[in-house]
Amino acid sequence: MKVLVTVKRVLDYNVKVRVKADQTDVDLTNVKMALNPFCEIAVEEAVRLKEAGIASEVVVVSIGPKAVQEQIRTALALGADRGIQIETDAMPESLSVAKLLAKIVEDEKPGLVILGKQAIDSDNNQSGQMLAALTGMGQGTFASEVKVEGEEVLVTREVDGGLQTVGLKLPAIVTTDLRLNEPRYASLPNIMKAKKKPLDVKTPADLGVELRAHTELLKVEPPAERAGGIKVASVEELVEKLKNEAKVI
Amino acid sequence: MAILIVAEHDNATLKGATLHAVSAAAQIGGDVAVLVAGEGCQAVADEAAKVAGVAKVLLADNAAYGHQLAENVAPLVAELGKDFSHILAPATTTGKNLLPRVAALLDVGQISEIVAVEGADTFKRPIYAGNAIATVKSLDAIKVITVRGTAFDAAAAEGGSASVEAVGAAHDAGKSRFVGEEVAVSERPELTAARVVISGGRGMGNGENFALIEKVADKLGAAVGASRAAVDAGFVPNDMQVGQTGKIVAPELYIAVGISGAIQHLAGMKDSKVIVAINKDEEAPIFQVADYGLVADLFEAVPELEGKL
Ligand SMILES: Cc1cc2nc3c(=O)[nH]c(=O)nc-3n(C[C@H](O)[C@H](O)[C@H](O)COP(=O)(O)OP(=O)(O)OC[C@H]3O[C@@H](n4cnc5c(N)ncnc54)[C@H](O)[C@@H]3O)c2cc1C
Repeated sequence: MKVLVTVKRVLDYNVKVRVKADQTDVDLTNVKMALNPFCEIAVEEAVRLKEAGIASEVVVVSIGPKAVQEQIRTALALGADRGIQIETDAMPESLSVAKLLAKIVEDEKPGLVILGKQAIDSDNNQSGQMLAALTGMGQGTFASEVKVEGEEVLVTREVDGGLQTVGLKLPAIVTTDLRLNEPRYASLPNIMKAKKKPLDVKTPADLGVELRAHTELLKVEPPAERAGGIKVASVEELVEKLKNEAKVI
Repeated sequence: MAILIVAEHDNATLKGATLHAVSAAAQIGGDVAVLVAGEGCQAVADEAAKVAGVAKVLLADNAAYGHQLAENVAPLVAELGKDFSHILAPATTTGKNLLPRVAALLDVGQISEIVAVEGADTFKRPIYAGNAIATVKSLDAIKVITVRGTAFDAAAAEGGSASVEAVGAAHDAGKSRFVGEEVAVSERPELTAARVVISGGRGMGNGENFALIEKVADKLGAAVGASRAAVDAGFVPNDMQVGQTGKIVAPELYIAVGISGAIQHLAGMKDSKVIVAINKDEEAPIFQVADYGLVADLFEAVPELEGKL
């Protein structure tokens, strides 16, 4: 079974983003970029499926300008076999992303597609579900455990009430939550090897997909700042303040 | 304009998250219909019919919808949704799972986790873990939206008298089946609806020590939350995680104990009215958002706090 994994280039999760002075967008100049943490978990899961003899090949795909090849190479260093870049300078919205990925799914015919549940830039949490709709596949979102059993994948999902397990007919779509696995670090030899692994470049036009805008970004503002607070010297003072000043207890 | 809200429920009762979505719908303006898709869920439909501001309840009662599998419910919502200008759902794990699938079936985009309504087609939503707020305008004919509950007051659960109409369509996509669930049972208020939340982090050291903050929670009628580190370490279950990728809370009082205040945690609680931090490291970033910070060892401060309440 072939496993397709998607990866997105986003700002590093340790970086606190700033809004541009003209409020048109956030400012990403000279900001450290990295693999979206949820995508990293997706890559790790696919590689583990390969190591367990369940996956025969791990194909990694990313959408974006040439720079995203860096994240594809990271995934290859973690153990993916080959990469596909869908080259575009636009930042396609989720539905366009899903349409592009649906074409790759059509070509590659994977048994399983693993995506991150959300990207930490847009925080949308949409692409996996949309891809599932377009391909007509079952979806195991927010996965904390993935088990392939015969013609089915059992996915344990992190839901508001606790955990839910669903069985999906293969091929299926899985989106990762934080506790699915702990991604490994790429070793230096593997980083070197990754440079030689195949990486195909396609364009949306090659795939016959027209990127459409579904939203218009009107403004980006910083969130309301909290007024600075105070330090209290003792538990006693804390209780007194909560009772008499904040009046919340 | 006509707005369809997908109800959050467990086949027995209507979940409070739905009431917040009804308020968002009221701000958009237009007739509000609520879809209750489930199995043996007539009682939920009756409850939804009483919610102030709801004009109509659509009841899809079928075994295929019993566990809210997105593969089955999405085609139903997409089919019914064609007659509406907006389709809303609470930004819960159920809504987040379902709605993008609906949007794609309708060939439209989705606007996730709105926190403000600026107009019928324009909304505000947090991006980058809440470090920026985007104002976005939808260009689609049908606007598919998830609603962040903490940003909208709950609509009144009583006062409405909507009609309940059964919708016949049943979809069983045959792609997925429900296998089982582990649902956390707690006597405490629900995290996202509690007036007071007290959360523990890695500083708690282990799961047993959460008993310290549970005792405070009992005195305050509070819900108990956790940081990702506490969940990852296995101290407490995943449904307690507060943050960018966990639950979003905005109680009147949030007490963070042994939590450093990473941006991903702040994303889930910084809209709380009053924030208290108890941490032994005076440089911990949590103090930058805390109204009242106490630099102390939690193993001394928390039992003392319990004693003084
Ligand atoms: C993609 C992604 C998503 C994430 N999503 C979330 C999320 O939703 N929610 C979330 O919480 N995190 C999330 N994180 C993780 C986040 O970055 C932090 O790692 C996490 O919040 C740290 O948890 P913590 O504060 O409990 O632990 P630490 O950062 O280790 O802090 C522990 C704190 O406890 C204090 N302490 C220790 N002992 C004591 C004592 N005896 N008395 C008093 N204080 C003490 C220490 O001084 C320290 O400040 C996410 C990370 C990523 C990459």
